[in-house]
Amino acid sequence: MSEKRDMSRSRKLFITDKLMRLLLVGAASTSVLVVCLIFLFLFREAGPFALNPGLGKLLDSQWIPVSFQEEHFGVGPLLAGSALVTALAMLVTVPISVLVSIYIAEIAHPTEREFLKPFIEILASIPSVVLGFFGLLVVAPLIKTTFGLSTGLTALTGALLLSLMAIPTIISLSEDALVSVPYALKNASLALGASHLQTIFRVTLPAALPGIVAAVMLGIGRVIGETMAVLMVTGNSAILTASPLSSVRTMTATIAAEMGEVPFGSVHYQALFWIGIILLVITFFLNIIAQRVLKKYGMMK
Amino acid sequence: MVEQSLYPNYPKDLEMVITTNQVNFFYGLTQALFDISLLIPAKHVTALIGPSGCGKSTFLRCLNRMNDTIPHSRVEGEISINRKDIYAPGTDVVELRKEVGMVFQKSNPFPKSIFDNVAYGPRIHGEKNPKRLAEIVEQSLQQSAIWDEVKDRLHANAMGLSGGQQQRLCIARALAVGPKILLMDEPASALDPKSTTRIEDLIGELRTNYTIVIVTHNMQQAARVSDYTAFFYEGRLIECDATPKIFTNPRQKQTEDYITGRFG
Repeated sequence: MSEKRDMSRSRKLFITDKLMRLLLVGAASTSVLVVCLIFLFLFREAGPFALNPGLGKLLDSQWIPVSFQEEHFGVGPLLAGSALVTALAMLVTVPISVLVSIYIAEIAHPTEREFLKPFIEILASIPSVVLGFFGLLVVAPLIKTTFGLSTGLTALTGALLLSLMAIPTIISLSEDALVSVPYALKNASLALGASHLQTIFRVTLPAALPGIVAAVMLGIGRVIGETMAVLMVTGNSAILTASPLSSVRTMTATIAAEMGEVPFGSVHYQALFWIGIILLVITFFLNIIAQRVLKKYGMMK
Repeated sequence: MVEQSLYPNYPKDLEMVITTNQVNFFYGLTQALFDISLLIPAKHVTALIGPSGCGKSTFLRCLNRMNDTIPHSRVEGEISINRKDIYAPGTDVVELRKEVGMVFQKSNPFPKSIFDNVAYGPRIHGEKNPKRLAEIVEQSLQQSAIWDEVKDRLHANAMGLSGGQQQRLCIARALAVGPKILLMDEPASALDPKSTTRIEDLIGELRTNYTIVIVTHNMQQAARVSDYTAFFYEGRLIECDATPKIFTNPRQKQTEDYITGRFG
């Protein structure tokens, strides 16, 4: 009697166990599925462009998607715009974030650290549209007057805003990397008569470098993919240029600005999807490289 | 020179390089060392023994001011090395640590090449001449009895060495700075018996040129490698004497209980 009840109980347990497992596996595989679907969907929408007018059209030197004469779908200027803004942003971001993370991880007094870290986290949580307002009202006029330009909406303006967004990400990840350098290494250096700063720059920083490189990669990924703030402050002219003080247009801003007005299924529409694919591939590879670096040096749990 | 009343079994002409006088040490409000007055003779091996938490490592770390890095810690009393108070205001900690090298319990080579590990100390102290650096590296590796094992791969990463080799590399790294005193905090406790023997042999070789203070958990090790032994218990120095005397005929009951294995 009681044996039978035991049997049914263990059977019930077995079934709930199975069900639970199924549920969890299902939830976990959703993300994989979503990524695959996104790729599939992008290629489906963008696909016909490859046959007519052909992928070669993307290599045009101009982006003039609406025209009475001939339309041009050259991604070059947009790619250059994105690259210029990103490179400028990193030029500003990397030194600042690395120095700040060194300060927070190695030098700051615990109370200072407790004070600084929340501010950096708040910076990370500001919506990019709000940063865009700040860019339009404060940064753009500042750049306009400083450099005597006719407009303050430049690649540099965008880059400055983007660095505000990337700085918190890179700081927290680099700080993690610095803090996880074993205390034994720092002690060894100090015991050899190295000063605190010598220890930081010759032992701690090199040991944390892989983590910092990965942090910068993830920061670049975030900056390339950012849309709203750059759309608002870079001036949106698709010119092929390397000047920080010229207006540019990034890939993301192009998609955001033109998607709403483009006829569904048109060549222009498909071209925008190709930009999306290019963007996705870039961030995808940046992420993979960052993960690889982290894994190689055993910094990822 | 030696206070004969306290150290009846020390030779009269022994030169004392480290003298501590009534040293107290605090971690925040917790007192870890009480009134430690100890003399450490030059060019001999002094072992600090005692059960875990007795303060022997804390005391060792006072000798090169490594405890400075611990927040809210405080030292009272006097510690002199070569008759200079190392806690006097204006003491150059960098100079002190050049004079007093340290080897840690867990080998901690930098994730750099073997050469760069050993050259690290001389480099931070301003040695730039590549020829001179190579000489120092070779000499230090010879002294720590690891040269023959690594001479063909000086530019390989030090993390690829075995645990015992890493520890000897760390000793070489400490020697490269040119210290007179070597502090060793349980240098062999994480090693296998064979590597332990090599480290102990090495200590035997180094004693002719260096003053060595070694903290050890292992009483046989203390008996094997040291000339003098200090027994610590609950933050106090119970007894200090010539090693054979401590292990055969200690003056204090507590020492006897510990070395005969009644506690600890």
